[in-house]
Amino acid sequence: MTDSTIIKLTAAETAAKIASGELTAVQVTEAHLARIEAVDEKVHAFLYVDREGALAQARAVDEKRERGEKLGPLAGVPLALKDIFTTVGIPTTVGSKILEGWIPPYDATVTEKLKAADVVIIGKTNMDEFAMGSSTENSAYGPTGNPWDVTKIPGGSGGGSAAALASFQAPLAIGTDTGGSIRQPAAVTGTVGVKPTYGGVSRYGMVAFSSSLDQGGPCARTVLDAALLHEVIAGHDPLDSTSIDAPVPPVVEAARNGSVEGMRVGVVKQFAGEGYQAGVVERFNESVSLLKELGAEIVELDCPSFDLALSAYYLIAPSECSSNLARFDGLRYGLRTGDDGTRSAEDVTSLTRESGFGDEVKRRIMLGTYALSSGYYDAYYGSAQKVRTLISRDFEKAFEKVDVIVSPTTPTTAFAIGERADDPLAMYLADLCTIPVNLAGNAAMSLPCGLAPEDGLPVGLQIIAPAMKDDRLYKVGAAVEAAFVERWGHPLLEEAPSL
Amino acid sequence: MTATTTTDLVPYEDALASYDPVMGLEVHVELGTKTKMFCGCSTSLGADPNTQTCPVCLGLPGSLPVVNATGVESAIKIGLALNCEIAEWCRFARKNYFYPDMPKNFQTSQYDEPIAFNGYLDVQLEDGEVFRVEIERAHMEEDTGKSTHVGGATGRIHGALHSLLDYNRAGIPLIEIVTKPIVGAGERAPEVAKAYVAELRELIKALGVSEARMEMGQMRCDVNLSLMPKGADKFGTRSETKNVNSLRSVERAVRFEIQRHAAVLGDGGTIVQETRHFHEDTGSTTSGRVKEEAEDYRYFPEPDLVPVAPSREWVEELRAGLPELPLVRRNRLREEWGVSAHDMQSMLNAGAIDSIVATIEAGADAASARKWWMGELARRANEDGVELAALPITPEQVARVAALVKEGSLNDKLARQVIEGVLAGEGTPDEVVEKRGLKVVSDEGALTAAVDEAIAGNPAIADKIRGGKVAAAGALVGAVMKATRGQADAARVKELILEKLGVEG
Amino acid sequence: MPGITREEVAHLARLARLELKPEELDHFAGQLDDIIGAVARVSEVADQDVPPTSHPLPLTNVMRADEVRPSLTPEQALSGAPAQEQQRFKVPQILGED
Ligand SMILES: [Mg+2]
Ligand SMILES: [Zn+2]
Repeated sequence: MTDSTIIKLTAAETAAKIASGELTAVQVTEAHLARIEAVDEKVHAFLYVDREGALAQARAVDEKRERGEKLGPLAGVPLALKDIFTTVGIPTTVGSKILEGWIPPYDATVTEKLKAADVVIIGKTNMDEFAMGSSTENSAYGPTGNPWDVTKIPGGSGGGSAAALASFQAPLAIGTDTGGSIRQPAAVTGTVGVKPTYGGVSRYGMVAFSSSLDQGGPCARTVLDAALLHEVIAGHDPLDSTSIDAPVPPVVEAARNGSVEGMRVGVVKQFAGEGYQAGVVERFNESVSLLKELGAEIVELDCPSFDLALSAYYLIAPSECSSNLARFDGLRYGLRTGDDGTRSAEDVTSLTRESGFGDEVKRRIMLGTYALSSGYYDAYYGSAQKVRTLISRDFEKAFEKVDVIVSPTTPTTAFAIGERADDPLAMYLADLCTIPVNLAGNAAMSLPCGLAPEDGLPVGLQIIAPAMKDDRLYKVGAAVEAAFVERWGHPLLEEAPSL
Repeated sequence: MTATTTTDLVPYEDALASYDPVMGLEVHVELGTKTKMFCGCSTSLGADPNTQTCPVCLGLPGSLPVVNATGVESAIKIGLALNCEIAEWCRFARKNYFYPDMPKNFQTSQYDEPIAFNGYLDVQLEDGEVFRVEIERAHMEEDTGKSTHVGGATGRIHGALHSLLDYNRAGIPLIEIVTKPIVGAGERAPEVAKAYVAELRELIKALGVSEARMEMGQMRCDVNLSLMPKGADKFGTRSETKNVNSLRSVERAVRFEIQRHAAVLGDGGTIVQETRHFHEDTGSTTSGRVKEEAEDYRYFPEPDLVPVAPSREWVEELRAGLPELPLVRRNRLREEWGVSAHDMQSMLNAGAIDSIVATIEAGADAASARKWWMGELARRANEDGVELAALPITPEQVARVAALVKEGSLNDKLARQVIEGVLAGEGTPDEVVEKRGLKVVSDEGALTAAVDEAIAGNPAIADKIRGGKVAAAGALVGAVMKATRGQADAARVKELILEKLGVEG
Repeated sequence: MPGITREEVAHLARLARLELKPEELDHFAGQLDDIIGAVARVSEVADQDVPPTSHPLPLTNVMRADEVRPSLTPEQALSGAPAQEQQRFKVPQILGED
């Protein structure tokens, strides 16, 4: 099998071929390393490629197979890990200069689970600094290009993970989603991304942006691959107090049995209107028609509080981040600036933070500091938490009437790098449809639903399920994916220009 | 900067004649759990720097806290013993401020939802009067690391070139206990403050949740004080004196601040709300660094932890398991031992009660147990600047010494030497007796010889005694004791002398 | 809500330990003002009798037993330290409470 064939395989296919001996894990890893070598200069999906470590892990998988030991369902499959998860011996920068060169002394739970499942971690991917952004332009290490058009953003904050998938540099990736950072990149790169139920995947070792919103999740090119990865990384972790102590929903089974027959699918009034690109609306409407054709019943929903979601988010997330990022003070790890032997620790901390954080991070720290400060707390942070309650109630009411909700994942397709860089408010709109899910803690998926006619760029369909019903995403997602692939005659990514 | 210049203090009595003091006491207790509040690192003392740290207590990126159940249990026990209500539902909050000792640059604490609130502690004053101190709250939080300042002349922060940080202590569970404003103590305010801290320490020890050793920093006290003119009903501005870390210091700090406030107010000045530092050497307080920015801790609910909602069953189970509370116990012991309230208070202040009880349990009678702990041992503890319980001698050993005295093989003077030997690490009392050869000379032959020698050497005194001046026998007893290097039983010596001289004792 | 001033930004920056440059103060003052203006809408619900949600999970009482787990070695603990001495983190002089 040639390298160019290997890299186009799905994770499920790759794992099956390694298990049967048709391919070795080393062969698969080498094919992907070669691909990275060939295209990542253009895409810049990776911040760090762990060539030696990946090959060692691949060899270990092959040896295990030769010894006849049982292999995990994704054994030997390469994976691109967002650079927000700690990895022993491998730098973890979170896309920030303040952590440049930091090598963690411990593995994140997700990292451990991947290693235990014999997944081959091939490298760490680019991201907006501290996961703050929707374009990956806020990375201290330069932007990532969208494989569909490298002058366009790949979404963010997990643009590196999504771009790695879309450019066939890895069949699997991990992202984190605080306000849409898995789903929005998936949407604009034509890939699949899932934000599991809050508490479904351990946050231990995942550098915190906004603790009550952050959630790690799987990124892939197919719904089944995402499910297989979901099952590997999910589950209760005693090191994370906010981890749910319950069995992982049967996501793989659901992905293998896609169907919407007899399901009630909600369409929320508030996810439409001004700011939505015509081509996005067109693809979304087409998806709704498809769901109807496939046997779903469409129900219109009114969720008035969703109009306040973006505002609540931009108070809660910055508030939590202003506190979470206080530890980056130049004293125990990472960057230290201005320690000339005369300055105080206090001054060195201020200089370190000034030089180590980028603009968006500073902006959010200041915003959060403001929202939490005495005199403003009730009006801002306090009110935002009330909005959060209202949003959860709207979801609860909605899920009395429907099994899942669908919406466009993002209001527009990928915009040009630089286009919104200086307009934070415009940038924030990219997460309009994804944010309510984070505030309520539900599960959601984005999967490709075609190209926008006006620019030929991918459009994402978002599916939202109640908490701990992550399996519904996969059941619906698999059905939609199968129907679209049949309609298009091939997976959407085949239409992407070659790099 | 308003570094307060040393004000001439107003005499204490004069200050109290014009003002009523209002106090607030904040006590931090380090719990004696095996592990830290939010991670599994050991809390044992004396480890090498940074050997008891992990991603969580170092605040490494990505790490997350998990609550120590025993920490919560201890907090509830303390709350119950302080007659508090126990929250049905409460949360941790983040207190945000930058400090190098604090790895996350926020302290995980509790804010408006403490685990225990609205209680009281009855404390007994020297004269036996009981004063009720009302408790505002008791809440859970975590300790900071420790910094060493290098390069300065005195090892203090001022003038240091750099600092070295050890995070072994970072994350050790603390319970902060805050009183409501203590009013009505009047001139007894310093005594009330001291008695409160002493009573609290007894309570904590009785609960078994901490050794509460103040000299080890396991119990630390902040003293808030303000004055209001007699007859007024509005509190004055308060000062907060931090880290007042012995009972004596608590008393002195309150007294000093009363005199200082009165001086400032008497001069028509105003009290600045500020942090002050207490100096053990002078018993005075000085102004802390005035911060440019007002403190704004930006408290908010800790999003990495879920609420604590102790079930009522759990709370009742803990209530049922509470030990006899110290004041009740002291009243019982006072009766059993037949001592005054004042004596009991002295034993409390010396931290001697548990040791005395244990010594009695080991077989000593109450009077001698008390005598040794409050006498020789209290003196030694004081000299060495340690708490009584920290002396390297066990109640069983003290009981053994008492037994040796009782059976007559030691006299008091020898017993003191035995205790000294035990404290010096020379072994058990019996081993010390053996090694130092400390035994009362009970060999009648040897004694008789020494007595004969003394009589022969002091004929004039002997005659006086023969003439009926029994009191003069003391001089001969002294001579015998000297000759036997103190190892004779003085009472027996006197008997022998009188016998020899044919005088009735 | 009042507009956010340059002085307020400077105060926030001090609280957040960010040594902002003068031009940044102006830049952020404008942007923060815009953002606050946009998100201030949430205060519409300030008077509503709605309980706040600080967390999306209805969990309580997640605790661990008081059992010692292995710590990092001091080498691991100090591995990222910009400076160290005597197995401690070496930091510039602390302006403290002395
Ligand atoms: Mg405190
Ligand atoms: Zn620890």
